[in-house]
Amino acid sequence: MSTVGYVVAAWLFVIGAYGIASSRHLVHLCLCLAVVQASTYVLLAVIGYRPDAPAPILIGIKPDAQTVDPVVQALMLTDIVVEATVLALLLSLIVQIDRRTGSVDPDEVDLMRG
Amino acid sequence: MDLAPLPVTVPLLMAAVLVGAAPLLSRRMLDALACLTAACNLAVCTLLILQTAAAPRVYWFGSWRPVGRFPIGISFVIDPMGAGLAALVSLLMLAALVVSWAYFESVKSLYHAIMLVFLAAMCGLCLTGDLFNLFVWFELMSAAGVTLSGYKVDETGPLQGALNFAVMNTLGAYLSLTGVALVYAKTGALNFAQVGVALAADTSHDVLLPIAFLFLISGFLVKAAAFPFHFWLADAHAAAPTPVCILFSGVMVELGVYAVARLYWAVFAPALVALDTPLQGLLLAIGTLTALVGAVACFGQRHLKRLLAFSTISHVGLMIIGCGLLTPHALAGSGLYVVGHGMVKASLFICAGILLNRFESVDEFELQGAGRQIPAVGLLMALGAFGLTSLPPLANFFGESLIDQSARRLGFEWISIVFMLAGLLTAGAVLRVTGRIFLGWGHEHEATSRGSCKVALKREMHSPSRKPPLTMVLPALLLLVAAGVVVPAADLGRRMLGEAHAFQDTRGYWQRVLQEGPPPPQKAAEPVGPSARDIGRQAGVALAALAVALLALFPRALGNPAARIGGAILVGIFKPIRLMHSGRIGDYVAWFVLGIASYGLILALA
Repeated sequence: MSTVGYVVAAWLFVIGAYGIASSRHLVHLCLCLAVVQASTYVLLAVIGYRPDAPAPILIGIKPDAQTVDPVVQALMLTDIVVEATVLALLLSLIVQIDRRTGSVDPDEVDLMRG
Repeated sequence: MDLAPLPVTVPLLMAAVLVGAAPLLSRRMLDALACLTAACNLAVCTLLILQTAAAPRVYWFGSWRPVGRFPIGISFVIDPMGAGLAALVSLLMLAALVVSWAYFESVKSLYHAIMLVFLAAMCGLCLTGDLFNLFVWFELMSAAGVTLSGYKVDETGPLQGALNFAVMNTLGAYLSLTGVALVYAKTGALNFAQVGVALAADTSHDVLLPIAFLFLISGFLVKAAAFPFHFWLADAHAAAPTPVCILFSGVMVELGVYAVARLYWAVFAPALVALDTPLQGLLLAIGTLTALVGAVACFGQRHLKRLLAFSTISHVGLMIIGCGLLTPHALAGSGLYVVGHGMVKASLFICAGILLNRFESVDEFELQGAGRQIPAVGLLMALGAFGLTSLPPLANFFGESLIDQSARRLGFEWISIVFMLAGLLTAGAVLRVTGRIFLGWGHEHEATSRGSCKVALKREMHSPSRKPPLTMVLPALLLLVAAGVVVPAADLGRRMLGEAHAFQDTRGYWQRVLQEGPPPPQKAAEPVGPSARDIGRQAGVALAALAVALLALFPRALGNPAARIGGAILVGIFKPIRLMHSGRIGDYVAWFVLGIASYGLILALA
């Protein structure tokens, strides 16, 4: 189980980065960034996973019972909040770029060459 | 009252207040309150430096602290190094807010609020002692920075600069988070000290550790604009409002280097001790490449803000070299260099802002001779340019001589050549621009022959006054003066050396955080001063920079054939670097992946 998880996380990172590098549409680029982000979610979830352990709700179970690691889940939630902000920011920039230039092709917006 | 959390809580609270009370506040009230908050932060950070001079302070938020190995509690670990950097952040924020006073014609409360959030994030990054907390401050800093660099949403340049900034930094942050997750998987801890203890106790020596370290620092290397992750910086700087550039160049980029150094010495140093030599080589190589590529690209620019941005890249490369030597002397040198460079570069950006305000352009050729009306600004800019060559008694001079002496002792004599080249080219470029704009020197018909960044910048203030506003000239002047007096006045050289020793004392750091046994006594640092040779060398570099600038302005003084050959050589050097900087985000990501892969390969094979 956990090996599969690590492989999926690595795959998501690589394919997302490839998507950004080859993107021809800024919204597509943004979604590829979200794919890279998903790789961190998978990785964190896999790290916290314990075989056959329940969710970390500590009411009604034995005090020494093993649960899934709650720390990584807290990290993941924080990660989601932080990245939702960044993605919203990026998408709003893209809307504005579209309004100004009428294009969302990264190859056509080339003010920064040289 | 405990001061430790104030550098982050006060600005965040004030940001909320400013937005909430915006309808009640006039523009000047907003400016005044924001400036007051930054000044308050500066005072708090200065007090924290004094309080922690004897021993670092550990502050656990909500008094939650780890019991045994259980990973609970988030700590700030405040030492004079971190608090000092936070003080520099606050000082430059104060300068930026004072400059904004007359700089923006219309600016709403959101600008001030985001500036304060930016301030809180940078201070948090300086003070934190927790891996995940570091990531959160890093992302908050990026989000605030992106918003500020794209603040003028009705222009295309800022939007694109902000987009490149956001994508590169977010990608770097994800890789850092992957590193955090791997480290957590291995140690079950997030606190620097807990992670470090667990890693040092683990003797399995697997390849995961250097990889996790590389992932972890990669986000910060992107922030530090290390080669080949530096492209976004020039784009963001060219487009961002000038007060924001002061912070970007002056401290934000340097915080990336600080985070790498902090991570290495607070967490990884004992566990990676076998990798010392390859890591040293890797950091020196990254630093040298960054310094040289930045310097050459800087000299090839005609867009003044972009030129200054490339000079920042070059100087950050020098700071990376200082950290990469891994000695306390060089680290102290880097610290002094950050202080001096931050102030000098902020002053130069303010000069660029004055030009932009008055003439609606920062293009070297468009403005040829235009600056004759404001000679005082030209003088400031020339002084700032000489400041880039690390002349005494500027703080970066003391920094450079410490790094140079340390490099010499380790047998890396060539590092002084890198320093000289970087100083020569960046200062030469700024002097060339100063000569052309403020004295009208040089040939005008070259204007069309050289392409450059096409970002058109609109005037950021509605009605330019006859005289440059005092709220811009004065901060520029005061920052230059401060860069000159701070080292002798505060005995900063000796103190920085002592702090660098403490900074690199990893086990002492762990003991203080985890309170296991008495803190070890601090070693007294032997004082090292710059020699007469250092002064002579820097004077030589400054003169050479002047000569380079004059030659660039009057190439025909060499005679036509020589000028033509020289021009051809220059174009030959500039062209690949300019081609590399394609302005496309996809290419930047490809460079990012290539860079991480090759640095990882170097570490893995070593």
